[in-house]
Amino acid sequence: MLLTPAAILLIAFTYYPAVATLGQSFFSAGTALKPSVFVGVENYSFMLDDEVFWQVLKNNLWYAVGTIPASIAIALLMAVWVNGKLPLRGFIRMSYFTPTVLPMIAVANIWLFFYTPQIGLIDQVAGVLGLTTYNWLGDPDTVLTCIIVMTIWKEAGFFMIFYLAALQSLPPELEEAAKLEGAGRWYYFRRVVFPLLMPTTLFVLINAIINSFKLVDQLFILTKGGPDNASSLLLYYIYEVAFSFFDQAYASTLTVVLLVSLAVIAIGQFVFLDKRIHYR
Amino acid sequence: MAAIELTEVTKSWGRTVAVGNISFTVDSGTFVVLLGPSGCGKSTTLRMIAGLEEMTSGKVMIDGRDMSHAPPSARRVSMVFQSYALFPHLDTRQNILFGLKVRRVERAEQERRLAQVAEMVGLDRLLDRKPSQLSGGQRQRVALARAIVAENSICLMDEPLSNLDAKLRHEMRVEIRALQERLGMTVVYVTHDQTEAMSMADKVILMREGRIEQTGTPDRLYDRPSTKFCAEFIGTPPMNILRLSDAGGAAVIAGSDGPAVVAGSGDGYELGVRPEHIGVAASGGVPATVDSCDYLGADTIVSAQIGAQEVLVRTPGRFGFAPGATIGLTWSADDTHIFNSGNGRREQGAAALSVTA
Ligand SMILES: Nc1ncnc2c1ncn2[C@@H]1O[C@H](COP(=O)(O)OP(=O)(O)OP(=O)(O)O)[C@@H](O)[C@H]1O
Ligand SMILES: [Mg+2]
Repeated sequence: MLLTPAAILLIAFTYYPAVATLGQSFFSAGTALKPSVFVGVENYSFMLDDEVFWQVLKNNLWYAVGTIPASIAIALLMAVWVNGKLPLRGFIRMSYFTPTVLPMIAVANIWLFFYTPQIGLIDQVAGVLGLTTYNWLGDPDTVLTCIIVMTIWKEAGFFMIFYLAALQSLPPELEEAAKLEGAGRWYYFRRVVFPLLMPTTLFVLINAIINSFKLVDQLFILTKGGPDNASSLLLYYIYEVAFSFFDQAYASTLTVVLLVSLAVIAIGQFVFLDKRIHYR
Repeated sequence: MAAIELTEVTKSWGRTVAVGNISFTVDSGTFVVLLGPSGCGKSTTLRMIAGLEEMTSGKVMIDGRDMSHAPPSARRVSMVFQSYALFPHLDTRQNILFGLKVRRVERAEQERRLAQVAEMVGLDRLLDRKPSQLSGGQRQRVALARAIVAENSICLMDEPLSNLDAKLRHEMRVEIRALQERLGMTVVYVTHDQTEAMSMADKVILMREGRIEQTGTPDRLYDRPSTKFCAEFIGTPPMNILRLSDAGGAAVIAGSDGPAVVAGSGDGYELGVRPEHIGVAASGGVPATVDSCDYLGADTIVSAQIGAQEVLVRTPGRFGFAPGATIGLTWSADDTHIFNSGNGRREQGAAALSVTA
């Protein structure tokens, strides 16, 4: 009974749109002249023939592969480093934390300043070194990498917070006990710290994967998916289809595909990793 | 031979001096207890022996070698932590073998030692459990096993029993002591519990505010405490300390009109008598008024007043007097201790008198 209001909200704002989306994906896009009709899997077969879809999917996979391991590894590295007895620890912690509190839009603006040809920071430095200027965001070969680097920068700071919290909760006697047994820092990290951080890693990994499909704000500022869709990601493409091309039905189809793949990934992770993780 | 030798060791953090200029030796194969109230620097001392804490100054010798600045792993000492410090993701077997794996001890040798140690501390059937699946006492045993399996001759223990209930604590006390004797280990054991120190130690090092107050066998500390602090710290209930005053050439207990208890002057001195050394008589002795009785079965702790000073008396069985009654207290001169109220030190020359009914 007490759950009823929550259940109503959940149904109204989560399940209903999801089911409605699923429904829409089986209809054609309606216009004032042409009402939408049931078309079965036509939207899906169209999708399979849509070159842009495949391009965007490929981009997104590269984006995931590029950002997830790198941002997690950097986050862990920074957390271990910052957690040690460093001078100016508070300052360093804060400076890594900063990317986290910035909205993605602001981050994108900062990086726009780095990447802009001729007046951007990278080109300024390159100019000093005598290298020619380069339009990093204008080249289909480099634009995705630029986006990936920027995302890693933002995500690593965010994930570091979780690692740092987990590291702080490890009792210091564990390290002392290991030291007395003759374990070096690396051995201690590999055999004790890393396994004990696994729950955090799983949490961070799931977040990273979801983010790799979800974080597209930066595209609005930096590239608008271009040039030639070279930096477009699945969610950004959905946005374009829905609000620039006004094809609600096709956008629904793409959304369904996105949701299903996320669900599969999440379930897979829990099934495969859960058994191997020590929870306290 | 001295297994451990500390010479003028000091540790300070900024202005706070945790351990100030202490020296002591631990003989090979003995059980030495570092005893003292909370915050007196026991753990700090132990951690400096282990190398987990850098000394501010001084020298630590282990097995005849200068280890003052050696890393913990080079000192070849084992340690049992108060919190046990077991690795939560490893089962009992892996926890015990952690150090042997680090040091790449041969597989067969690992198994041999594991079997031996597990049998010794009674863990044979719990080898596949994680620490979270073990009781407090069992975790304690794992920590002990991990310390023993390294076969280091020196083992340091920091309040290893403080997380256990009273009954288990007693059992483990006996067990640890038996293990130590059987393996001929040198143990330095930290505790703030004087009963633990009295029952386990070959030698007690009593500390107070970063300094050593007295060193000696448990009997020695009990029989001849060299300071008032030591007298009050060892024994339960603690020793009675009674102020003295001059009365016609001899000393009486301040505020009482009883007999002389010390030949000589009384002002500025205090008389110490343990509750178990005081006898009760219906009349005679030092007059006192009964306050309350605490019946413990085998004996009764009686609280009484001599003038304005409280005194505790341990009497066997039940106590025959009601609160408010006047009784006489007696003791033998051999069981008394005289302290200087100024510096708290034992007064060697003074002659105590026996008090009889
Ligand atoms: N890392 C530290 N920084 C500053 N002061 C410390 C530090 N560690 C200990 N101290 C101080 O040193 C003194 C001795 O501490 P220590 O831990 O050795 O006491 P202890 O005798 O073991 O007490 P307990 O019985 O409560 O464990 C204390 O006053 C404590 O506040
Ligand atoms: Mg301590």
